[in-house]
Amino acid sequence: MAAESVIEIREVTKTYGQGETAVHALRGVSLRIEAGEYVAVMGSSGSGKSTLMNILGCLDVPSRGEYWLDGSDVARLSEDQQALVRGRKIGFIFQSFNLIPRTTALANVELPLTYAHLRRGERRKRANRALELVGLADRTGHRPNELSGGQQQRVAIARALATGPRILLADEPTGNLDAHSTDEVLGMFDDLHADGRTIIVITHEHDVAARARRLVQVSDGRIVSDEVTR
Amino acid sequence: MSPRDLMGAALRGLTANKLRSLLTVLGVSIGVGAVIVLVAVGNGSGKAVQDRLEAMGTNLLTVSTTGGGGGFVRGQAGPANQQYSLTLDDATALADKNLAPDVASVAPVMTSSGTATNGDTSYTVNQVIGTTPAYMPATNTPVQIGSSFTQADVDTSQRVILLGQTAATELFTRPASAVGQTIKLGAVDFTVLGVLASKDSTGFNDPNATAIVPITTLRATQAGYGALSQIVVQAAGQDRVDTAQAEVTQLLTARHQVPATETSPFRITNSAQILQTSQDTAATFTALLATVAAISLVVGGIGVTNIMLVTVTERTREIGIRKALGARRRTILGQFLIEATLLSLIGGAVGVGAALIVTRFQLAGVQPVLVPSSIGLALGVSAAVGLFFGSMPAHRAAGLRPIDALRHE
Ligand SMILES: Nc1ncnc2c1ncn2[C@@H]1O[C@H](COP(=O)(O)OP(=O)(O)O)[C@@H](O)[C@H]1O
Ligand SMILES: [Mg+2]
Repeated sequence: MAAESVIEIREVTKTYGQGETAVHALRGVSLRIEAGEYVAVMGSSGSGKSTLMNILGCLDVPSRGEYWLDGSDVARLSEDQQALVRGRKIGFIFQSFNLIPRTTALANVELPLTYAHLRRGERRKRANRALELVGLADRTGHRPNELSGGQQQRVAIARALATGPRILLADEPTGNLDAHSTDEVLGMFDDLHADGRTIIVITHEHDVAARARRLVQVSDGRIVSDEVTR
Repeated sequence: MSPRDLMGAALRGLTANKLRSLLTVLGVSIGVGAVIVLVAVGNGSGKAVQDRLEAMGTNLLTVSTTGGGGGFVRGQAGPANQQYSLTLDDATALADKNLAPDVASVAPVMTSSGTATNGDTSYTVNQVIGTTPAYMPATNTPVQIGSSFTQADVDTSQRVILLGQTAATELFTRPASAVGQTIKLGAVDFTVLGVLASKDSTGFNDPNATAIVPITTLRATQAGYGALSQIVVQAAGQDRVDTAQAEVTQLLTARHQVPATETSPFRITNSAQILQTSQDTAATFTALLATVAAISLVVGGIGVTNIMLVTVTERTREIGIRKALGARRRTILGQFLIEATLLSLIGGAVGVGAALIVTRFQLAGVQPVLVPSSIGLALGVSAAVGLFFGSMPAHRAAGLRPIDALRHE
């Protein structure tokens, strides 16, 4: 297989439930993404985009099919090794931010660094730098409920970037943001892409998808089109 | 994650909902406190009983007669009654080293009551005891001020008297000034030889409201020549109480010609036996209290489980986020286990502190005596409670699939 593919899935299916009530969220999806690509995944609601991203992020396992991440078979990784992959190789950005409540921005950003066994001082330094990068150097002590939606998503981005992962997975990152915040977040994605990171953005907004270099369209659990747009 | 980071995360988790943590801690501290306090109360009451019995005199046998054998009828002064009455001769026989080698000393006892007067002051002495000098050491009744009377005083029926603390205080205000004075008991003059040391109460009667006179004097002046109320026998040693008791029974049975078919008309109470029985009772009492306390500790533990379950459910999404950020199963497990253990340990520490304060005061008339091992035990158990009761919710949290946790509403 091609060693340079950072992500490769083959004939992946995902079925929720059994028998009559079974929901086929993915019906055989194959996809290859090379290092440094900036991919947008589009599709109507319920088409299986989030299911796909959860599998790519090792948050969920496919019902059938193979998933190779950085050349290794994810199905063969132990639970702890998968946790390690999530912590070191992948940064997640969710539509609903998913910051830990009642915990400061700095502590939120430090969290993945803690799980990566970094020392306290080093953690502080990196978390502060990440927050600086997203323009929140003056908000490090704020808790999520003291921040606007756009600021919360920027904290989430800082957190996703803190460990320096090669892959960024974003599930409708701008879904809860106004136009201005959306622009800011997309600007950051452009920078990260320029930086050489692999970015996969799930969205149903055309102007968000238009920033990516490749557009994958999903419908009813299948990839219906896959084209390089820029 | 370093232990310090784990501890930090656990502390943050606990302080996130202070009231709830506080109430859980309270549950555990009540359990731990109850264990320590109740065990201390049980122990204290056991000690108190033991002290009182020891104050009564050890190695002590008290012989009294139930009056008649077999068909004893109350109030009926039949010949059987007189046949089994205890006499001074019985006392002399029991004191015979050849007949009863395991008996150290013997004191015959007759009791009466009477009004003592010192000039204008009068005082009703509930218990006037007529006995011999052997009574004082045998029953652990030392003379505090002045001196005891002697066998010579007994032999010559001297009109001398020893006053209990209450009697001396009532008659002379200052007990020390009583010695050498003359008082009247009934119509008879008595010279006060000494004042008895104060005794702790062992029952309803004030043990200090007594007076002791030579038995011969009591017979001559107050009680007449009837039967003895009891004979106090001191065994020659702690391990010889039982043989002494057997000798006393045998000797009295023979002297009073009790038929073999009859149950013994003599009642012998054995202070060592009473002590043993009360110690057993106290031990049972302590065990009972400890059980009740242990139950409250378990209830406290269930409180920890409950709160941890609620916490895990409430923070399922947070667990999902942590897992997405690279937290391993054992990291999540550690965080929640430490939270549960901290809750229990803080509860335990508070419980120990409260127990240390509470046990300084008398509870239900008992001065609690701390059992050091109960503190260690209670603390150990509360830590174990945290680990044990916390592990179920913690395992549940740690075992969640990241996506299932993240999807949780
Ligand atoms: N945990 C689940 N249990 C059952 N059905 C699910 C679950 N998650 C998603 N689905 C179903 O799978 C399909 C795809 O869902 P999803 O991947 O979330 O779609 P999208 O993100 O494109 O809107 C939908 O029909 C949805 O109802
Ligand atoms: Mg979705």
